[in-house]
Amino acid sequence: MLTIAGHTFRSRLFLGTGKFPSAEILQRSIEASGSEMITVALRRVDLGDPADDIMAVLDRNKYVLLPNTSGARDAAEAIRIARLARAAGSGDWLKLEVTPDPRTLLPDPVETLAAAKELVREGFKVLPYINADPILALKLQDAGVAAVMPLGSPIGTNMGLQTRMQVEIIIAQAQVPVVVDAGLGAPSHAAEAMEIGADAVLVNTAISVAGDPVRMARAFALAVEAGREAYEAGLGPQGKEAAASSPTTGLDFIK
Amino acid sequence: MSAMFEIPDFTELQRRINAAGDEDVRTALKSAQPGISGLAALLSPAADAMLGEMAHRSSAVTVQRFGRVTQLYAPLYLSNYCTNRCAYCGFSAENRINRRVLTLEEAEAEASILLSRGFNHILLVSGESPKILGVDYLEKLALRLREKFAAVSIEVQPMEEEEYARLFAAGITAVAIYQETYDRTTYDEVHLSGKKCDFEYRLATPARAAAAGMREVGIGTLLGLADWRAEGLALGMHLAWLRKHFWRTGLTVSFPRLRPAAGDFEPLLTVSERNLTQLICALRIFDPDVGIVLSTREEARYRDGMIGLGPTRYSAGSCTAPGGYADPDLDGEQFAIGDHRSLEEVSLALRHKGHDPVRKDWDISFQLIP
Repeated sequence: MLTIAGHTFRSRLFLGTGKFPSAEILQRSIEASGSEMITVALRRVDLGDPADDIMAVLDRNKYVLLPNTSGARDAAEAIRIARLARAAGSGDWLKLEVTPDPRTLLPDPVETLAAAKELVREGFKVLPYINADPILALKLQDAGVAAVMPLGSPIGTNMGLQTRMQVEIIIAQAQVPVVVDAGLGAPSHAAEAMEIGADAVLVNTAISVAGDPVRMARAFALAVEAGREAYEAGLGPQGKEAAASSPTTGLDFIK
Repeated sequence: MSAMFEIPDFTELQRRINAAGDEDVRTALKSAQPGISGLAALLSPAADAMLGEMAHRSSAVTVQRFGRVTQLYAPLYLSNYCTNRCAYCGFSAENRINRRVLTLEEAEAEASILLSRGFNHILLVSGESPKILGVDYLEKLALRLREKFAAVSIEVQPMEEEEYARLFAAGITAVAIYQETYDRTTYDEVHLSGKKCDFEYRLATPARAAAAGMREVGIGTLLGLADWRAEGLALGMHLAWLRKHFWRTGLTVSFPRLRPAAGDFEPLLTVSERNLTQLICALRIFDPDVGIVLSTREEARYRDGMIGLGPTRYSAGSCTAPGGYADPDLDGEQFAIGDHRSLEEVSLALRHKGHDPVRKDWDISFQLIP
């Protein structure tokens, strides 16, 4: 079972709540995904409004609420909105996103590290969204983050695990959980991330803009489970040469 | 700032557009990044026959980037005083309309009405009369509104970078500043007197707003003044230039079509709904990330039809006369509205089309120093 910051999760699929056609479809998608960790953009919700459409569907007894700082351009902004959100009751969990380029929404490594250090110091359980940079992941780990969230490809692109080599290095080196975030566009992409040993994946666009988001949420849940099972079972080696499944290479000439 | 945005002569833009043939349109439609030459093709007369394919591509790009989501906002008109004479505008200085500027209290009261109607994003609008409504007024109003709204943007006279920086610090999130027309000849013809006559100063304004740190800058052209195809290409070039020079700034575009207004100005040329649709789809395919605003200038039927095809932001329940939310009988409006539905009614129409009507997609806390 996956444990992050002392909390145990049965599902290794985390869900984002953006771009859904309605709160009702979001709710059904969350249920179909089996996810227990749901991220919400603080810019999008009104924590002070009990009738807020997104907050209303998130049963805090069933799901860990992972507020994110999407929209923050630098460390100061991310820290400010994180503090205000916690004061408004959003809890200690925080998905740290510092994305100064509104076009690609790629994360700023310098500002993310600076913000993470401060927010960890203030007692947040910080899960930073980062480019797939192994050294940055280690520095964040040293800073005390609860997990690292490298991207598979730029957010919303559905291009899959383009950063595979780098993510493999992060997985090999990190002591904190590694959650592949952003760009996973198909269940097969999520399965691939899980097969190489990611502890979890976070999916949003691929589900929310699917023809049927609820069924796609279920598809991702199955893929994540399959990928994890394969990882734990131990994948056979890959090679370009054909390899017989029942080797006949005889060494019987050896006495 | 190191460089200024420059646009080619309008006739050169038209030449590039009209040179595009069917094959150029097909190439642009297939290309992941059509670029300026692709945009020219998508705006061409040849592309009209492929409008269906363009809408299909535009819709797919919009859904992937923004989801089935449309943001909603309302304009708040503060003043209809204006020192410019612009042939097309109801606020034009020579028009004999009832002039009014809201006191800060009145403006706050109007804002409270919008808040009670469910709006969380508002756009402060005024005629251009800096002595009556200048940066001091806007700064004071922003400070009063910033605790109440998720996002407050402005569409007022062009300002200096320092003034934009002051307003940003006071809680203004975004600036909309439309060139109206990128054709210098037409620009000179319709801007008869006032500061707005300075084409270059206005053209450089979006860059000043971005340089001052505004989160978002909106640019646009008023349709009905000059060749809409060339306007679209010029707008695309402006957009691309801003992207290169201000990578931190979010960008939106708007294509207001001229509406009946005081002064009885007749549009210099007609831009049909089909033309507008081609323009919107072309810009969306050209720039998948740009926000596209479709205001209540357009009729409900058209706005409903366009849901999901490219636009990402709709206004609703709008009144274009200062003080018009508290007193709906007030005159002195900028132009006549085409879609009179309330926020609830527009939200319902969006839901019918499988879109989430989003009232809050920002948080003023990002930019406020406590």
